[in-house]
Amino acid sequence: MAKDMKKAVIEVDGARVSFGAVKALDGVTLSVMPGECIGLVGHNGAGKSTLVNVINGGLTPQQGTVASDGERLDRYNITIARGRGMRCVFQELSLCPNLSIVENTRIMHHELGGFGWRAKAAKVIETSLDAVFPGHNIDSGQPVGDLSIAERQMVEIAMAFSDAGIAPRLVILDEPTSSLDASLARQMLDHVRRFVASGGSVIFISHILHEILETSDRIVVMKDGRVVAERPATEFDHQRLVEAMGSVAKEEAFQRSARELAAAPVVLRHQADGIPFTARQGEIIGLAGLAGHGQTELLLALHAVQSNAWWPRRDPLVTFVAGDRRLNGIFELWSILRNFSIASLADLSQGGVVRTAEEAERGADWKRRIEIRTQDVDNGILSLSGGNQQKVLFARALATRAPVILMDDPMRGVDVGTKQEVYEIIRQEAAKGRTFIWYSTEMDEVRLCDRVYVFRERVITAELVGDEVNEINIIAASFGGVAA
Amino acid sequence: MISFGNLARKPWIWSWMAAFLVWFATIMVTGGASTLGLSQAALTFAAFSIIVGIGQMFVITLGPGNIDLSVPATMTLAGTVALKLMNVENGMVVPGLLVAVLIGLAVGVGNYALIKALRIPPIIATLSMSFIVQSAAIWTNRGLRIKPPSVLADFTTSSTLGVPNVALVALGLSLIAWVLLEKSVYGRWISAIGQSMAAARMAGIPVDGARFVTYLLCAVLASVAGYLLACFSGGAALNMGAEYLLMSIAVVVIGGTAVAGGYSNVPGIWGASLFMFLVVSMLNTYGIGAGVRLIMTGLIIISVIMLAGGRRTGMR
Repeated sequence: MAKDMKKAVIEVDGARVSFGAVKALDGVTLSVMPGECIGLVGHNGAGKSTLVNVINGGLTPQQGTVASDGERLDRYNITIARGRGMRCVFQELSLCPNLSIVENTRIMHHELGGFGWRAKAAKVIETSLDAVFPGHNIDSGQPVGDLSIAERQMVEIAMAFSDAGIAPRLVILDEPTSSLDASLARQMLDHVRRFVASGGSVIFISHILHEILETSDRIVVMKDGRVVAERPATEFDHQRLVEAMGSVAKEEAFQRSARELAAAPVVLRHQADGIPFTARQGEIIGLAGLAGHGQTELLLALHAVQSNAWWPRRDPLVTFVAGDRRLNGIFELWSILRNFSIASLADLSQGGVVRTAEEAERGADWKRRIEIRTQDVDNGILSLSGGNQQKVLFARALATRAPVILMDDPMRGVDVGTKQEVYEIIRQEAAKGRTFIWYSTEMDEVRLCDRVYVFRERVITAELVGDEVNEINIIAASFGGVAA
Repeated sequence: MISFGNLARKPWIWSWMAAFLVWFATIMVTGGASTLGLSQAALTFAAFSIIVGIGQMFVITLGPGNIDLSVPATMTLAGTVALKLMNVENGMVVPGLLVAVLIGLAVGVGNYALIKALRIPPIIATLSMSFIVQSAAIWTNRGLRIKPPSVLADFTTSSTLGVPNVALVALGLSLIAWVLLEKSVYGRWISAIGQSMAAARMAGIPVDGARFVTYLLCAVLASVAGYLLACFSGGAALNMGAEYLLMSIAVVVIGGTAVAGGYSNVPGIWGASLFMFLVVSMLNTYGIGAGVRLIMTGLIIISVIMLAGGRRTGMR
């Protein structure tokens, strides 16, 4: 065994994968040593997810080889990969919502068979949850569907690190912190370091660059299906990493122009327990606080009050950008164009009949404006990468005439360059008088807002205006009493 | 042949091919002598399943769990009441049709009221509704068999330019349904609802309104089919709708509509309805006994569904 320790856990050599005309991987070589955390970064569509699928056995490269522990694997698949201790946490959450956490554990670990598997599975998952997220308060008997999206992701991460006979050796984390708030992300990153210190390997994909920089030993930058840079993490900093990705994004957070909006007309009010919620014309309002503390519920309530389930509104006041796009965002059977146009059909129809020429024209216009990466908007929505699907949802909302746009953490899994483009559009639209109500788990985004409501325990506990909007104030309000 | 690849991806093509093959196999036996007669009979009998099937298709498009089981009872009640009202008088044809449509509307309202207000799943709601409607039909009918007005009896049993009149009515209704489904905002709405009700709601679609209209539409089409069928068969009978329960669902499925909702098409209903009638006549022509015939019908239907089911990639 001591000899094996020096050999790579997984070694991909010259892998090429193409889907039709699209080259997803164009000759990628990557090896992961035991006791190493590799940070994998790149834009949406750079080939990260494809590489992950090659490593976890989900995809066989058309050219190139996969080797593990110095042994070339010609017939590599998911079962072999799992048997060798490869684990994966996907960007798209993959637990069965109708089953309990314990039952999901049984599905993941085939080894957990026979009598008393419930007790065994419960022990396996609880041990892992306690290790990764101490003090998590998740009951393993609960159905996954009852969990918040953050809790689901926690379970998914704990599942990957759990040991039911075959110990995890390589854990691939694809955007694992996208739905977690800062403290949970911290716990997870600490666990990654502990796991690596004990000889495990991790491939860590994230758009949050400081997480990559502080957690990884080595950083691999991908662009257009190739590895364009591979160096120890110490040789990178934020600036260089962004440059290596080829992003044209300006990294400095834009300076909020000191806008005087207190006099602007109120467009929306909502009264619940805690501080009353109001929104004025042209404001960008942030909903902050720990993930799953009632921000999404406020957005849903605002939407429900303003929409009519029986009769279409000619001039809707609000429109919605989903964060959980599988749940309440995309229509999977439809083309990109139809997914885009569904919310603005009232403007694109006459006498109840859709004017398809106008629809196509507007679709092409928005494809260009928000740079949806596809050859044809008549392609299926599922042909797009996750970030680009999110752009379609964004375009859907912006193309309506609704003056208020509700956003439910829509930038989840979107790359840095795209985010900057979207921020710019938000700023322009707000200047024109549109109101944005924006729930975000990322501090950088909350800081872009004119006014921020901080949530704790499903109640608005603080309102921050202008210069009060900063990380210290938000954290202080989110944790309540615990001064930062 | 230029676009055969495209054509083969259309989910309705399989029901059309099946209908054509069966039609061809049947006329071959008789040496082509029965071609016109068989075609006319097929169009006549298929017309009723087409009208009912289109309504059911709209409901099934709404997504998992949506189905209207009150179709046969609605047909019976509409036929019975309309014939009773018309009382063999030619002047009462239009009021009779109006009453049939009103019955359809009432059943549709009742169905959706049960689904929405009492939160009963559609399969149970429409089934309970169908008991109420069927009892109403029994109570109105009281075993009497009233003849249809002579104008209507002639209209439904004769042809224009060789095409049966009922098939022309079905064609007209199908065109309207096609425009609704493919071109209208409403068609987009029900397809969206069928794929994800939560996403549809967040996209600003009036989900309840769209579903309500769909259940109304299905019930009205059933009542119109009942009205025509009662006139065609020379009087309303209490069991006249019975075979249309399974028929309406079968033609939707064979026609290539996604059973899980969100995707449907009108041409498939035609192919499937013709096929369903032609299979039975083919087996009859071959002189196969009733028992074997039923088994064969089942097997043939299963094979068409399997063929069509594997090719659902070209949908939008």
